[in-house]
Amino acid sequence: MWRSPEPKRSYDVVIIGGGGHGLATAYFLALRHGVRNVAVLEKGWLGGGNSGRNTQVTRSNYFYPASTRFFDHSLKLYETLSRDLNFNIMLSQRGVVSVASSSHELELARRWANAIYLNGIDAEMLTPAEIKRLMPDVNLQARLPIVGGFIQRRGGISRHDAVNWGFARAADALGVDLIQGCEVKAFECSGERLSAVVTTRGTIGAAKVAMAVAGHSSQIARLAGFRLPLTSMTLQAMVTEPVKPVLDTVMMSPAIHVYASQSDRGELVIGGGADVYHSYIQRGSLATTEAVVAALIELFPCYSRLRLMRQWGGIVDISPDTSPIIGKTPVENLYVSCGWGTGGYKAIPAGGDTLAHTIVNDAPHPLIEAFSLSRFSRAALVDEGAAAGVDH
Amino acid sequence: MMQIECPYCGKRDETEFSYGGEAHLVRPGPDVDDRTWTEYLFFRDNTKGVHAERWRHSRGCGQWFNALRDTATHRFLAVYRLTDERPPLPTDLQR
Repeated sequence: MWRSPEPKRSYDVVIIGGGGHGLATAYFLALRHGVRNVAVLEKGWLGGGNSGRNTQVTRSNYFYPASTRFFDHSLKLYETLSRDLNFNIMLSQRGVVSVASSSHELELARRWANAIYLNGIDAEMLTPAEIKRLMPDVNLQARLPIVGGFIQRRGGISRHDAVNWGFARAADALGVDLIQGCEVKAFECSGERLSAVVTTRGTIGAAKVAMAVAGHSSQIARLAGFRLPLTSMTLQAMVTEPVKPVLDTVMMSPAIHVYASQSDRGELVIGGGADVYHSYIQRGSLATTEAVVAALIELFPCYSRLRLMRQWGGIVDISPDTSPIIGKTPVENLYVSCGWGTGGYKAIPAGGDTLAHTIVNDAPHPLIEAFSLSRFSRAALVDEGAAAGVDH
Repeated sequence: MMQIECPYCGKRDETEFSYGGEAHLVRPGPDVDDRTWTEYLFFRDNTKGVHAERWRHSRGCGQWFNALRDTATHRFLAVYRLTDERPPLPTDLQR
């Protein structure tokens, strides 16, 4: 699929983090900007962090215009990604249904759907009967009954490993060096700039450096001498044993914090809210697992006899307004992509596209101007969590 | 289930507690510059390792308290009252 080169003495751009965002950034640097003297440094293996641990949902049903523009750009890139990368990412736009469980929540859902619609994205309100038609096994009379909801029909799922591998193979073919088993230990500086990255595989010179390391962003930033407004937490996901097709849409319930879809292999892929405290453990608390599963079988009682096959966690970097932090940093030639929190997977193509533009031009891409690190000192938050009333 | 030692009630299940973020933050005065205020409001060490943090026994006695916990192992090294100084690390963990 790709070479395993020895690191060169120096590169035009060194990207720390070989997950989806790092690989996509390298790919777009080479493809759109002709910057091919690029290395991606990965501590473990490509796509082994959150890019391989998420629940594969792609959607652009955000509230604020800045988020909508960015995430719909990402969804549009996903729509042609299989062809662009010549790698089948198995995108299935089966619709993402958000259900509401009280009249108040339904009001908020209507406000949310209207905002999406006004931003030029598809969103339709659904009655309980329409939800029942979309997912016949759902229990409308759950303890928190389903009183309605809305759907983004262009939302759906894709295969996360394929996205990582597709970007990795395409970047490699354009001349990018993908260097695995290479942990960053320190930076060498000259004046206000970074001059080299000190790694477990030697010191690598760099004209520019980008970091896309999710839950460990605070650690890398500390090596470069600044702090980030992030809290790292564990977000769990789990899968059941495979069964025949039972659910052909993505179900999300903000009220009881569970979402589920069925993979092409037949497993139900299940997620919920993040574990509620600061953590760097990639497994998560059993109490959260239990709460997520209990919520799912309340909504789908017939799933109660399925066995869970696997459960795991990823370390997500939650920002104060649950919006990403992407762009320039206090260090002149260091760029950051972090704060994706519980929703980084859907952002991979646009995150790579806009970060590559930002690195080349040393100025933020128009789609990410609202998501700069400097927004916090201007109190210009993009408070999606409060707007949507849900983790994402 | 992880258990947490409430300094008032003793060991209880983690589901009785809620998390309150980094401890010992000092609220700056009203006349500080934007940078100091922004740091106080938003920026955190986000430590991987021993972290001083606030917890509340919200489904028990309701009291806030502080803890030293290793965020890479979830091991609680000490719990102490909000008014106490941060205690030293247990000797086997001092470096």
